[in-house]
Amino acid sequence: MQTKLVRIWSYGLIVAAFSGLTAGTAVARDLVVALKTEPSSLDPQYHALTPNNQIAQTLFEGLVKSSPDIVPEPALAESWTNEGSTWTFKLRKGVKFSDGSPFTADDVVFTYARAAKVPNSPSPFTIYLNGIEKVEAVDPLTVKITTKGPNPLLVTNLGNVPILSSKAAAGPAAEGKTTAELNSGNGLVGTGPYKFVSWQRGAELVFERNPHYWGTKPAWDKVTYRPLSSAAARVAALLSGGVDLIEDPPTDDLANLKKNDALNVIEKASARVIYVALDQHGEKTPGVIGTAKNPLLDKRVREALSLAIDRPALVERIMGGVAKPAAQLLPYPMLGASPKLQEAPKADIEKAKALLKEAGYGSGFAIQLGAPNGRYINDSRVAQTIASMWSRIGVKTSVEAAAPPVFFKNRDSYAYSAYLAGWGTATGEMSNTLNSLLVTPNPALGIGTTNRSRYSNPAMDKLVADSATIMDDKARGAKLAEASEIAMADYAMLPIHFEMSVWAMKKDLTYKGRADQMTLVQDVTAK
Amino acid sequence: MLAFIIRRLLQAILVMVVMSALVFIGIYLVGDPISMLASPDATELDRAAIRQSLGLDLPLWQQYMVFVSQAVQLDFGKSFLANQPAMQLILERMPATLELAFVSMSIAVLVGVPLGIIAGLRPKAVASRGIMTGSILGFSLPNFWVGLMLIMVFAVFLGWFPSGGRGDTVAVGPVQLSLFTLDGWKHLLLPALTIALAKGALIIRVTRAATRESLPMDYIKFARAKGLSWGRILRVHLLKNILIPIVTISGLEFGQVVAFAVVTETVFAWPGMGKLLLDSIITLDRPVVVAYLLLVVFFLVMLNLVVDILYSVLDPRVRLQGGRS
Repeated sequence: MQTKLVRIWSYGLIVAAFSGLTAGTAVARDLVVALKTEPSSLDPQYHALTPNNQIAQTLFEGLVKSSPDIVPEPALAESWTNEGSTWTFKLRKGVKFSDGSPFTADDVVFTYARAAKVPNSPSPFTIYLNGIEKVEAVDPLTVKITTKGPNPLLVTNLGNVPILSSKAAAGPAAEGKTTAELNSGNGLVGTGPYKFVSWQRGAELVFERNPHYWGTKPAWDKVTYRPLSSAAARVAALLSGGVDLIEDPPTDDLANLKKNDALNVIEKASARVIYVALDQHGEKTPGVIGTAKNPLLDKRVREALSLAIDRPALVERIMGGVAKPAAQLLPYPMLGASPKLQEAPKADIEKAKALLKEAGYGSGFAIQLGAPNGRYINDSRVAQTIASMWSRIGVKTSVEAAAPPVFFKNRDSYAYSAYLAGWGTATGEMSNTLNSLLVTPNPALGIGTTNRSRYSNPAMDKLVADSATIMDDKARGAKLAEASEIAMADYAMLPIHFEMSVWAMKKDLTYKGRADQMTLVQDVTAK
Repeated sequence: MLAFIIRRLLQAILVMVVMSALVFIGIYLVGDPISMLASPDATELDRAAIRQSLGLDLPLWQQYMVFVSQAVQLDFGKSFLANQPAMQLILERMPATLELAFVSMSIAVLVGVPLGIIAGLRPKAVASRGIMTGSILGFSLPNFWVGLMLIMVFAVFLGWFPSGGRGDTVAVGPVQLSLFTLDGWKHLLLPALTIALAKGALIIRVTRAATRESLPMDYIKFARAKGLSWGRILRVHLLKNILIPIVTISGLEFGQVVAFAVVTETVFAWPGMGKLLLDSIITLDRPVVVAYLLLVVFFLVMLNLVVDILYSVLDPRVRLQGGRS
């Protein structure tokens, strides 16, 4: 049965190849995209999450936008200057909203004030605006922003806040148009390359070109998004020609898709790192058996566990080649990544065993490795492979894979001694990663929020804290790189690999891909 | 009759109360919705604020009491994820699922009953054996596999049908239906066949068994002795008597399809309620899960009620009694 199935499958691919070739000659003017996750809302200030943000980035624009490599670039603001805590943004001239009305500084003031007023938001946009003291419209094309202190990340953060039309989004509620109204398209007016047409939840979301768009005219008259959460369904939809472009095809199908002449498969290194966290809190740890005290407190043990992992083999065999072995938590040359940590550490079983022996664990111990099942690409299989690699040096590892909600609950209640998880930097630089994952937790300052391994190194903390006041990117990057080097020398956390994002599309289409894993239809072009 | 219906409704309410409590506790044990909803960058303060705005900072029993006090006014809470009334989200998706269930059960009955009668009339014939073997395949093949195979053959390989999604719809009152467009049928056929294969197999077996049971009965023999045509015997005497088990099975299976077509809906990206339930469980969107299950329990109880009433219509000997049932 298996072989027959494969035969039908490959036959299908060949036929699809031919039909694709003939279809390729006709000029397609509409685009159908299969999304992995449907946005939970169209209100651009309701839920700060990639599936929502990528839709918002097509209807709306921020003062700045982030490049495919997450570097801020001018968008609605043409330029900006900064003196201490005062920022002046010069807005772009002649920009119109999709309803034809002009874009002015009042829209910026309205939008930034609205973020805090959206009720019941499960992930409020205030997270990007927390550092702001005051927003003022100096004249129609100038906005003055005062921050609470030096804020080197202000521009990056503003890129995540799309600007609404203050006229179209006005309403009797405190926040103006409510989330429900925006979901129905009422008041959903932005300056982005596309405008809203219709949304049938679960079925399709349709946009058409915004005739008033100031920038380069996008390639498609009409764009339809279909949510296809099942990866197999996405692949089938692409092969049958029902959709033009899909997000995140399963790694198992990649080889076949790449061989298919009718398709174009694009890979892009992302900023999401997959790591293993190791409990360094105290003498007691829940998931270790065979030894009274926590062996993970010993740096030599952590080093041994790192040396046991053959990262290139893992990437090749489990990830189908669509990942990059990692030596730190952010890929170089992103801001704050250390240039000294570009090569992932090589596996060295003998040295790992020797280190364990030196630390007094010559006969090994047993440990549980927690992992989510279905949150990151091939997550539980990666954990299984790491477990078998650890077992080779005498650390008997059993994997506790759980559905994501269960996994996060266990992780947040410190139920794992070791766990596999991922982190995608929201800012495209290192301070976000280190502040969340490795800085000593401090709820009052809002740092160390995801530091469940409870690693703590005052020297590293200080470097990260100092970097937050440095406005010069180069100097700040150097501080953060130093912090990264300290953490990695401590084996504070074991970086495994950086996920690569994959898009598959019809042959006549092309997309450059984005490090933040977003699918932006305005950047999809026809060859 | 009236007492019977009231009794059934009371039972339904009891089941719904117990079930909603179980779901509340269950989701609470599974995990914290905040960890699924909030941005990973959110600080403890941010999280506390979100928790409070969603009412998740209260002790569980208080959350449940809030829910019950609103539910009696038919307000089943707002989805954490979409900030829209949970019931509204579900009802938006309901026509798609009902449509799929209706078409697939129609196919199952229209194909299954004749085949079942054929297999029952001549159990030893080659055709009958073929039908029975086919029916074994029908309900032993896993649903998702059948779905993927149909997609591969008819969508990818032959290109006759789209691989998933719902086609053009026409507004019928407040409801969007795809039953009245060609494009709608094209999208509907493969997922409906996937479900109909399993359900049809079941109906074949039930029909065959009922047919074989009825054939040796006196009234059939008498009808034949009277010299009635086979056609009339089948229609009037046989079919009427075997309808009861078929109606029972079809009714219950229809309910099953409506409530739990999750797998088929996922494979075919059919925008129905099942997919909504699955997505909501994964994101721990409790209001939607609770509202969904309440609706499904109510629906299944009602369906059973309708089946029972149909019994009494089909067979005058069956009486519906308020005291005992």
